[in-house]
Amino acid sequence: MNVAVSPAEQAAVAARIAHPAARVLIRRHHFRWWEALPWLAAIGFYFAFPSYLAFGTELLITVLFALSLDLALGYAGIITLGHAAFFGTGAYAVGLLAFHGIWTEPITSLMLAALAAAVVGFASGLVLLRTRGLTLLMLTICTMALLQEGANMAHDLTGGFDGLPNLAIAPIFGVFKFNPLYDNTQYLYALAVLLICFLLVRTLVYSPFGQSLTGIRENLLRMHAVGSPVRRRLVVCYTISAALAGIAGGLWAQTNAYVNLSALDLDRAATVLIILILGGHGRLYGAFVGAVAYLALEHFLARIYPTAWQLGLGLLLVLIALFAHNGILGIGEMLWRRFGARRAAS
Amino acid sequence: MTEISLETQGLSRHFGALTAVNGIDFKLEAGARHALIGPNGAGKTTFINLLTGLVPPTQGRVLLAGFDITAKAQAERVKLGIARTFQINRLFRGLSVLENVCISVAERVGAAPSMFYPAGKRTDVIEESMYLLETLRLDDVARHRVSELPYGRQRLVELAIAIGLRPEVLLLDEPAAGVASAETHIILDAIERLPEQIAVLIIEHDMDVVFRFAKRVTVMVGGAVFAEGTPREIEANPQVRAVYLGQAGHGSGHG
Repeated sequence: MNVAVSPAEQAAVAARIAHPAARVLIRRHHFRWWEALPWLAAIGFYFAFPSYLAFGTELLITVLFALSLDLALGYAGIITLGHAAFFGTGAYAVGLLAFHGIWTEPITSLMLAALAAAVVGFASGLVLLRTRGLTLLMLTICTMALLQEGANMAHDLTGGFDGLPNLAIAPIFGVFKFNPLYDNTQYLYALAVLLICFLLVRTLVYSPFGQSLTGIRENLLRMHAVGSPVRRRLVVCYTISAALAGIAGGLWAQTNAYVNLSALDLDRAATVLIILILGGHGRLYGAFVGAVAYLALEHFLARIYPTAWQLGLGLLLVLIALFAHNGILGIGEMLWRRFGARRAAS
Repeated sequence: MTEISLETQGLSRHFGALTAVNGIDFKLEAGARHALIGPNGAGKTTFINLLTGLVPPTQGRVLLAGFDITAKAQAERVKLGIARTFQINRLFRGLSVLENVCISVAERVGAAPSMFYPAGKRTDVIEESMYLLETLRLDDVARHRVSELPYGRQRLVELAIAIGLRPEVLLLDEPAAGVASAETHIILDAIERLPEQIAVLIIEHDMDVVFRFAKRVTVMVGGAVFAEGTPREIEANPQVRAVYLGQAGHGSGHG
């Protein structure tokens, strides 16, 4: 720009950008020290619990799945109870290619899983995202049920109820073999994929596009009134979210070396929703906290009350719904602010 | 003769058996300060909804600078220069005051579709939004969550979001509605300081506001234009006094 600007004006511009409110926005995307913690914990887990790496791998995949849901539900406010549709699509994409001996290279398989899930997300999103609220919720469940029934009926291709067992997945980079007994390769592979996907989601939510998704969540009617192509944004977001869920599903198929109808189950979709609500939606790290909390609860409650452990989970969810809308991270933020205020006061 | 900014021809809207807006021919001149008044249920808000494309018309056309925009969706009309405020606040309640305005400015300057760089790097958007808040004297609360502000200042944010779009036509649906009378002057001052070239159409119940602000007044009754003229003409019109000003007089307690 070659417009002549007076020094006084320059100073005024600088003052505006230095305003605390502006600085919050300008610095929001900067990495904080504590953002390294989940990754350090994941690496620490690898060394500390070598015999739990299968569990750890499942945890990482669950985090990725919850993260994909967070983009759609937490940021854009797309109410869905059918996200397993994309998880399952990705899982079956990997499974079908490997089982029928067409393609077994893991990384490109994951890309194909993402692509397949993105296509399903885009096509269903074009229709679904015209609706809101309960209608949308029901339609997401319907999409998932249709896919599951389709997978069940296409028995010759998908193995129907029995699924696709014993998938042969090629070594990563042609070197690192998936080890069926000791999950070290699987764990590190899942961690790397999660990190890449996380960085993508993080970039998205702090971008202007991500801000406009937040705007759609906060007030749909107003977004129309500021000239935002709301439906296009939602479809794009839903497609990306679907692709990420597809990657999670593909990882699940690869690391377990099998696919069955449970990949497309309502139970799976509900669980990931519970995880996100438990951890805190619209917060990036809610997926991490929620997945750890859920799987830990499942582990310990199931040990204490093998038959009724879900009752404990249900009670916890009721408490969260009543007293802590923003999940565990929300409670943490509240405490942080309260202590911060006390520190500032003293 | 001033050029016509926004025009409607035979614009009608039925809701089932109810005719909310009935064959309105209306012209808004460029740079106009035009008030739309009428009793409750006269169809004023529906008329604005038809202008912005929130509601499609049953019949008739909407023209912007002579160009037919009847088929255009709401978001497209915004891009063409029509902005509005709502009678009831429609804000991004969970976000800060500055963020509320940034969302609007980012859409206008075309930053909003960008996915792969941080919004914080668009300091132009942030700086312009901050400037807008300064002009509306909202900079002291820029960091506050919008839902924490008193209602009068929330109404200002509502206005700021619309101004951030740099519209050619600004439609204000009762901008001071629900604001304590001690605070209404803040909003009126802001409206009076709007750039001259913007055509402003304001729905307002408070006659003092109408006569202070408007150069032209349209009276709607039962979905149709009942009278139109300068504030003085409207004030002097005995029929208008009978149907509208009389009623407003009875209910002046809220004004």
